[in-house]
Amino acid sequence: MKYTPTIGMEIHVELQTKSKMFCGCPSNHFKIKPNTHTCPVCLGLPGALPVPNKKAIDWTILAGLAINCSINKISKFDRKHYFYPDLSKGYQISQYDQPLCEKGFVNLDSGGKININRIHLEEDTAKLIHKTIKGKKVSLVDFNRSGVALMEIVTEPDITSGKQAKEFLKKLHSILKVLKISDCSMEKGSMRLEANISLSKTAKLADYKIEVKNLNSFKFVEQAINFEIKRQTKLLEKGIKPKQETRGFNSKTKSTFSQRIKESAEDYRYFPDPDIPPMHFTDKDIAEIKSKLPKLPDQQIKELDLPNHLAKLLVKKPTYLDYFNNHLSDAKKLKLSSEKFANFIINKKINISKPCKPQLIKLTKSIDVGPAILLEVIKENPEVVKKFKTGKTNVIGFLVGQVMKKTKGQANPKQAQKQLLIHLQGPSLQATSQ
Amino acid sequence: MININVRHVAKLANLPVSLKEEKLFSKQFKQILGYIEKLNQIDTSKVSPTYQTLNGQTNIWRQDKIEKSLTQKQALSQTSKTHKGYFLVNDVFSTKKTTQKPNIKPRRRIDKLNAILTKVNPNGTVGHKDLFCTKNIETTAGSNLLSGYKPQYSATVVKLLEESGLVTKYKLNQDAWGHGSSGENSDFGPTQNPWDTTTVPGGSSSGSGAALASNKIDLATGTDTCGSIRMPSCYCNLTGIKPTYGAVSRYGVIAFASSLDCPGLMARSAKELKKAFDLINKEDKKDATTQIEKRNKTKLKPIKTIGIPKEFLSGGIDKSIKEKILNATKTLKENGYKVTNISLPHAEYGIATYYIIAPTETSSNLARYDGVRFGNPRSYFGPEAKRRIMLGSFVSSAGYSAKYYEKAARVRTLIIKDFKKAYSQVDAILAPVSPISPFKIGEKVSDPLQLYLMDIFTAPASLSGLPSISLPCGFVNNLPIGMQLIGPRWSEANLFNLAKTYQKLTNWHLKNPKL
Repeated sequence: MKYTPTIGMEIHVELQTKSKMFCGCPSNHFKIKPNTHTCPVCLGLPGALPVPNKKAIDWTILAGLAINCSINKISKFDRKHYFYPDLSKGYQISQYDQPLCEKGFVNLDSGGKININRIHLEEDTAKLIHKTIKGKKVSLVDFNRSGVALMEIVTEPDITSGKQAKEFLKKLHSILKVLKISDCSMEKGSMRLEANISLSKTAKLADYKIEVKNLNSFKFVEQAINFEIKRQTKLLEKGIKPKQETRGFNSKTKSTFSQRIKESAEDYRYFPDPDIPPMHFTDKDIAEIKSKLPKLPDQQIKELDLPNHLAKLLVKKPTYLDYFNNHLSDAKKLKLSSEKFANFIINKKINISKPCKPQLIKLTKSIDVGPAILLEVIKENPEVVKKFKTGKTNVIGFLVGQVMKKTKGQANPKQAQKQLLIHLQGPSLQATSQ
Repeated sequence: MININVRHVAKLANLPVSLKEEKLFSKQFKQILGYIEKLNQIDTSKVSPTYQTLNGQTNIWRQDKIEKSLTQKQALSQTSKTHKGYFLVNDVFSTKKTTQKPNIKPRRRIDKLNAILTKVNPNGTVGHKDLFCTKNIETTAGSNLLSGYKPQYSATVVKLLEESGLVTKYKLNQDAWGHGSSGENSDFGPTQNPWDTTTVPGGSSSGSGAALASNKIDLATGTDTCGSIRMPSCYCNLTGIKPTYGAVSRYGVIAFASSLDCPGLMARSAKELKKAFDLINKEDKKDATTQIEKRNKTKLKPIKTIGIPKEFLSGGIDKSIKEKILNATKTLKENGYKVTNISLPHAEYGIATYYIIAPTETSSNLARYDGVRFGNPRSYFGPEAKRRIMLGSFVSSAGYSAKYYEKAARVRTLIIKDFKKAYSQVDAILAPVSPISPFKIGEKVSDPLQLYLMDIFTAPASLSGLPSISLPCGFVNNLPIGMQLIGPRWSEANLFNLAKTYQKLTNWHLKNPKL
């Protein structure tokens, strides 16, 4: 009998607020000189106190609204206790039983629906670097990342395959990108993925859970899940229950490996953070944040007058989409179809950091090297054409030069050559001249 | 009877515990938890828990603005374990855990009473309890763990006083981390009472009491989590204020129990105290719990009726102290105040409640002391700090949190309600500070529970976030004794007026110890 995989995801998203979650230090920590964006609060110095960043709270609610969550009208911050050198206070300020957002969902294009358990707001930890110095293994700590606003999205265990996990993550990524609350870069670690995977034969959840951490691409998530399904199936078929553990992923071998066995549930001794007053939200507060919700990808795709695949590609990159929307009228004026215009952007024929119109003129003109100009050049240079027809094909360069001269450099030389060749070699010279 | 797995709790608390300590703590925890069992007498099924006393204040946020950070040099300045701009720690993947045995050098004693830990400026007039961070000036919290630590910033209170021209003269001894009522729990030795150097000065702001009473300074800061300002004021013949919770900024004051900690002041009279208090009674953008709309806005009629909680004078209070308290009420009565008995039925649960909430919060607040960014490793914690960290880790741990921590938070609500009811009948409450007179140093150290019970009269106001002024009201065997005036939240001005009036009618506060 086949096993059914049960997969849930935990997604950490660093918010791109200017300052950190509980202090005024800059949030930016990527490739910054170590320990230069710190203060008593994020260094956890004695006597320092946290004050929450309003923007991070608003943005987390915004993310919740974007994935159909209900917003808790009463919320608070709690302390989550554990000891690790990357945690400056011995506890992380997080949210326990009253997260900002709960019970949302994301609809997948393939038809499925992934329920969201919750979104809560917390602070990021410091960064650890592992090194050997003078023959001794040590860890180095950089607190620039300590205290950066971090949103955690937790799904219900609704995912059933690696492929579906990838599709869900791509969709979630596109939604978050549109909100402009995070750069969602997996390379920079501003979006971090963890998958919880177990298998069971019945509808009931398995009594074990494998957590795979540090997955820094959607592809790796898919591969890790596929690997785990195979690995766990093998074990279960032998009658062995997989050990409850945290596993890492090796992208070279596309396999997971054991990192830490969890003997018992961690005891984080959560309690409400006495340093921070609770949060209350009125319907008006929530409506105000909702009014700032931009058009989401599904709606954007629907509203674009483009074939689905093109619309999706544009929506995936908000900068492309903005450029498209802002300059579509230019394209229309030049009688360019929206489809062709979208193609120019996606295929990088247009540099979106530069003005649109001149580029469009150039592009459209180079296409407009129509039969008229080509025939003109051919007619004006009978000697050269004769040479070409007798096999001296390298004279084509001269003809292309003539085309360029006539179009004042607006034509695309490659395209001009291609079209000249068609005319010179093709049987239809007579036909086109009519 | 609960049996604590001390080993497991020590692991949760990340504390090295010797076999000898394990045995001792196991016995003491049994005793303390046995006492705490009394909370089960109360039905709290219909009571909501209280975690903060903030007049229901919500939504205290900051705008997303960048502020100046520390330099890399400043950030790394309090540790020698660095590498190219990074903090350096043992390999986190290593399974070998080494416990560094503390290498404690005895601290040079500065004054006879052992009240002073650091001399700052001979021209100053103010002494700061060593929980207040003073930029570039050693701040120890009375613990070996922070020995040598020079903070990168100053507490808001320190800044406010200095900006008003009140210069810091000393950093003062205290029970380590604020854990104590007698001043005997300092890692640098007990402070002595200037009225009798063989007795305790009261704690935890012990150095503040002794230095003020011996005229070395004119004003001292202190913190009161459960009597730590009121107790030394009482035992050293001083006037001290534990403000409304949230009135004075906690920013830069080393945290003991965050929902209870009230930074405050001590002086030799109510008049001097009021003047200084006005300088620090301010909202602070860096402390979210000071930003309360209702701060100082409560309109209060002048005090006319004073309530005496009958429960405070019927239990284990020393007879001669009770007599002094009754004398004080007599004085006030003779001068036109109405004095009436009131009841605070849940006050007797104050200590049991407090010894769940405060250790839970302190176990959390002291988790940051790992010796990485500043200070010494956790093995440098003294015995009382270890006791409280472990007790707090246990009562908030999985499976016990509801029985203890949440239960205590519910009883806290009932204690607050008692006061609310009382203030519908009276304008202020007059009560003893301590059930006993200053006792001999060392007399009670082997019995933590007995020491904890000294706070029986200070716990209710602390748990309720109420302001309380402690002031002298007589002597027993040539040792001072004090009383406290407790008012509704934000009624400090009224309490000061009453204290000033009493000090016009009496001379207790003018008496000085022979040195």
